[in-house]
This record gives sequence, structure tokens and C-alpha cells, in this order.
Amino acid sequence: MSATPVLALRGVSKRFGAVQALTDVELEIHAGEVVALVGDNGAGKSTLVKTIAGVHPIDEGVIEWEGRPVTISRPHDAQDLGIATVYQDLALCDNIDVVGNLYLGRELHKRGVLDEIEMERRARELLSTLSIRIPSVRIPIASLSGGQRQTVAIARSMLGEPKLVILDEPTAALGVEQTAQVLDLVERLRERGHAVILISHNMADVKAVADRVAVLRLGCNNGVFDVKSTSQEEIISAITGATDNAVTRRAARSAEAKNGESATNDKSAENAEKAEANK
Amino acid sequence: MSTEKTSTATAATAEAPADHQVENPEAAHDAVAAVDPRLLVREQGLAGYFGEFKRKLHAGDLGSVPVVVGLIVIAAIFQSLNSNFLSAKNLSDIAVTMVATGMMAVGVIFVLLLGEIDLSVGAVSGVSGAVVAVLSVSQGMNEWLALLVAVAGGAVIGALHGFFFARIGAPAFAVTLAGLLFWQGFMLQLLGDTGTINIDREGAVGSLTTYFFTDVAAAYGLAAFAVAAYFLSGFLDSRRREAAGVPARPLSDIALRAAVLAVIAFAAAYMFNQYKGLPLALVLFLAVLVGTDFMLRRTPYGRKIFALGGSVEASRRAGINVTAIRISVFALAGTFAAIGGLFWASKIAAANQSAGTGELLMNVIAAAVIGGTSLFGGRGRTWNALLGVMVIVSIQYGLALEGIRTPVQYMITGAVLLITVVIDSVTRKTQKTAGRA
Repeated sequence: MSATPVLALRGVSKRFGAVQALTDVELEIHAGEVVALVGDNGAGKSTLVKTIAGVHPIDEGVIEWEGRPVTISRPHDAQDLGIATVYQDLALCDNIDVVGNLYLGRELHKRGVLDEIEMERRARELLSTLSIRIPSVRIPIASLSGGQRQTVAIARSMLGEPKLVILDEPTAALGVEQTAQVLDLVERLRERGHAVILISHNMADVKAVADRVAVLRLGCNNGVFDVKSTSQEEIISAITGATDNAVTRRAARSAEAKNGESATNDKSAENAEKAEANK
Repeated sequence: MSTEKTSTATAATAEAPADHQVENPEAAHDAVAAVDPRLLVREQGLAGYFGEFKRKLHAGDLGSVPVVVGLIVIAAIFQSLNSNFLSAKNLSDIAVTMVATGMMAVGVIFVLLLGEIDLSVGAVSGVSGAVVAVLSVSQGMNEWLALLVAVAGGAVIGALHGFFFARIGAPAFAVTLAGLLFWQGFMLQLLGDTGTINIDREGAVGSLTTYFFTDVAAAYGLAAFAVAAYFLSGFLDSRRREAAGVPARPLSDIALRAAVLAVIAFAAAYMFNQYKGLPLALVLFLAVLVGTDFMLRRTPYGRKIFALGGSVEASRRAGINVTAIRISVFALAGTFAAIGGLFWASKIAAANQSAGTGELLMNVIAAAVIGGTSLFGGRGRTWNALLGVMVIVSIQYGLALEGIRTPVQYMITGAVLLITVVIDSVTRKTQKTAGRA
């Protein structure tokens, strides 16, 4: 693991109107490392990812890329730096074949004519280095299963040789086998020296592939854990805020109530004593 | 990864014992190429070709099959009613007449590929005819220049529609409906009180539909050239693919396709030579079809149009300039509408008040859809315009030969369109169940 992180967020805040979506968030990702980003719905995971991907520019704080501060105000900026994002809805064109989708928006061409052969050759090469198996690179995306689409979307993000890959819930809609394939793919990305941010709600997936887990809660950091030395319960309690949830609040409230009651009891007892004394 | 490691390992061990040399590399190869057993693997050769064809039919991927069958049925019916239908004169007339509608249909196909619609093509074609007539006949401008102005005008009009749709965000349906009314009025205003301006049949615009290559060699030469070009491009592509190590189309497949094309091309050439010769209008139409087909399927621009028809959001995220592509596609539709208008004016040798009105717009859209362009975007080829317009104009001519009047023509064309849309919807359902849509 290199000393300077590929990407570092320092005190990043983001506000949408009256909503403070992110408050002073800190995050570091090194090359060859998988960092899982977890948190409940509305914790700010997606917002954080979108600020890194350039969809929403940050309001405060600094984004450091390989040690130097950068501004990411457009998706293009992020791509230029070497950040690839695979969104949950994949954004593939159903009517275009696998090769066409892999090269969508960055088609190879010779004098204005698509170089289909070279694209197909490289697509096959890429898919085989990632051990992705699909029926044919020339069938439309519509024919592929959910897991295959996910792997195509991830493979597409690899084309630009990115340094950082962000995967937004890559296993959310997948079956057991497909999930395993995607997790294999994530490990292969790490082997190849890419930094990976993995957003997931699935603790089993996080435990399986991540090196570290960064927990977001209500737009703030709620701890970064080393996966190997942390139990699932600890992570979950950080996500749900076990130190501050309905159960603990109730416990605290009833404790308070008991104290208060005893206090008033004391007082009334005192008063009673006084009243008795006055008599 | 693991399979690769094992394969290199077996390959390495295979080198040592001589008797295993043949078997092991193959096993290693199998290990690398191990594929999902459910995969559709196409056999090489003709058997594979027919297998693929059958599978496509079962999956509802009919392509041009329904429209080709429809054309054969139409020809058979009208020929049995009137033996003049398949005469060289009638077929040649159909070939010339269909070009005006066909050119407009090419433009509409571009818009349909985006999943949008352009209702203004008829009106824009009328404007184009009127502009040429007014500039060249009334104002005395050079006819070639007037022709360029009319086509450029069509592009500007289309770009304007595109601007309101893509930039302002108004629905294309409404914008082009407004365009239909506006440009219809504009054309009537241009033509003024006289209402009709006659065009010289021998001039630049007139000769678009009146010129024929009378030399017998022209038609045969074009047919031979088309077949040779088709075969060579397929063959060279296949060779390059083999050299690059990606699956290539088998030679038998290319030869079969070229043979089918040769039969059609030489039959058509023979037919044209029986009458006046090869019509210039048809040559221009075919050139446009080849050019636009190339643009759609082989250039980054065409790929972007298909991408937008598939998923706007995916295109945007892929860094495609959605607004620019949309405006350019509407500009193309306007351009081809203007070109169609020129052929229309040329055919009737005049610009008149009824140009671009009535059933023209419906015929244009029907031609695009009958030819196999999906109304839902992302599917279709410009060649669909040729097939679709052949169906529509054949019906018109066949009914006219029988002396059947316009009301019945409308009803029959309407029924054919309905059948086409039903086929499109049904195949779409089949495709969905076959996981291909």
C-alpha cells in the first residue's frame, strides 16, 4: 500500500437547499485497496459518490488526488483524473451489442469509420482478462442476464484504465452465483492495482471483499474499520448508530425518568415533612 | 484467472512428452474457451447460417422477412388482377415515383431511431418545392443554386425544430405539428395568388425524375458494381476479422448473400432496360441509402444515434452530446424532406398548393414503419425506407391500374399499416419472451 492515497477527502460538505447531505466527511483510498462505503438509506453514500464522480460539486472541503488538491466540478473532470463510476442502474443501451456498449462514447475509429474489428478484439481481450463470460460480444445487452449486464458495466469502467473504480451497489439485484462472480471481479480489480470504492448494503459482501469499511451516518463519518479485526455487529451498530438509536434512547429516557421521579419523590417527601413540621 | 493458469501449465507439460503433444494443447484450448453451455454458438458454414436464421425466426427477430413476403403477395395479387402490373413500364414508374416519398422516409427513419416523430416532413417538402420554383422560375435564379438553397433551407428548418425539441425541451410531436401548420402556410404564402408554378421538365430539378440512363450497359454495370462491391467488402472484412482473431462471417455466407443480391440486381437491371433504362432518380435514392446506412452503422455519429434511441441517460453518462445529436437528426430529417420535395416537384413538373399535403406525411411515416423501423426507437435501418415505400407505392399503382378510387386506396393502405404495426408489436412480445428486446 502506497503512502499517498489515490483519493482523499478532507472535510467535505455538501448542502442541498435546507438539507445538509454531507458534513465534514473524511475518506482515504489507496491503490490496490477495496474500501466499502456503508450506511443506512439517506446516510449520504450516494451523495458522496456523486461528489467524487463530479455529478454534484462539493460546497466545502478539499478533494486530494494522489496528494494534490483538485476540483471536480463535472463528470468529465473525474474521468480525466482516472475515476470510473458504475451506477446502480448501469446505464447500458439495450439495443446495442456488448462491444458497442463497452465503447459507447469513446468509439475507436479510423478516419471517421468505426474500427469494429479492433474494438471487438480488445473487448474480447478485456473480458477474458477479467474472466467475464458472456455468450457473445455481438449480442445486444437486452439478451444478457442481470449479472452479465453488471459485469459488462464494470468491464466498461475498466476500459479507460482508471485508478479508482466506484461501484454503486453492484450486487443489489443479483442471485447467489452472479453475486459471487461480481465479487470475484472486484478482487481482480484489486489484484490489478485499482482502488475500489464499493457501496453495499450486504454485510456478507463487504466482509468478503473489502479491506476497510467506512461508515457514514446522517452525512457524517461514523468510523472507519478494518474488516479483518472488526465484527459484523460492530459495523452494523456503527451504521444504525447503536449508541444513539430507539433502544438506547428509550433506555436513557427511562433511566432519566426514574431519576427524575425519585427526585420529585424526594421533594414531595421533603415538602410533606415540612408541612408536617409546620403543623 | 485460474483457468488461464491451468491452461498454461498443461501447455507447458504437453511440450515434454511427444505423444501427448497433439491432445493436450487442444484440452488446454478447451479450458480457456470453456463457455456457458446455454450459449448460442453459431456453427460455421451454411448449416450454421440456416440454424441462425431459424433461431432468429423463433425468437421473433423477423427483420425484413414480413415486408419482403408482403411485397411478393402484393405483386402476386395485382399481377393476377391485371397483367400490366409487372410490366417494365409500370415497375419503372413505381421506381421513379417512390423516390420522393422514400427520401422523406429516410429522414423520418433517423428521427424514429431516436424514438421521436417528425410530423413536419410533408410541409417542409412542400416549402422546398415552392422555394425552388419561386427562385428559379419567378426570380430567375440559377436552378442549381435554387436547388441548394431549398435543401439548405430544409436543413435549417429541421434544425429549428430540433432546437425547440432538444434545447427548450418541448415534445417533438407538438413542435413538428406546429411546424406542419406553419410551413404549410409559408408555402402557400410563397406561391402567392397564382398557386401553381410550372417547372421546366428538362431543367436541373425536372431531370431528377425525367432522366434515364438509356445505355443498356448502365443498368447492368451498376448491378455488377453493386454485387462486386458487396462481395468484396464482405470478403475483405471477413479476412481482416480472421487476421485479428475475432469471429468472421464464413465465405459461403457472404457468397450466398452476394448471389441473392446479384439475382435481384440483374433482374431489376433487365427490367429497366426493357423500358426507358435506368432511372436517375433511383440511382440517387440508392446512393442515399448506401450512404446513410454506412453513416448509421459504421460511424461514431450513427452509433450515437442508436445509443440515444436505446437509452438517453446512458448516452448522456457516456459523454454523448445529446442536444447536438438530437438537433442534427432533426436537421437531417428536414434536409431529406426538402430533397423529397424536389423529387415531388420534379415528378409533377410544378410546385403547387397541394404539394406536401394530404396523405403524403402519413405515407412517409407508414413507409418507414412498414419497412421495419421500430416506433420505439433504436431499431431500424435506412434500407427499410426502400422496402416500405415499395409496398406503399405498389399498392397505389396496383389499385390505380384496377381503376379503384382514392377512398379505397386509403383504406387499403391503412389496413397494411395496421398489419405492419401488429406484426411489430407481436414480434416485440416474442422478442421479449426470447430475451431479445
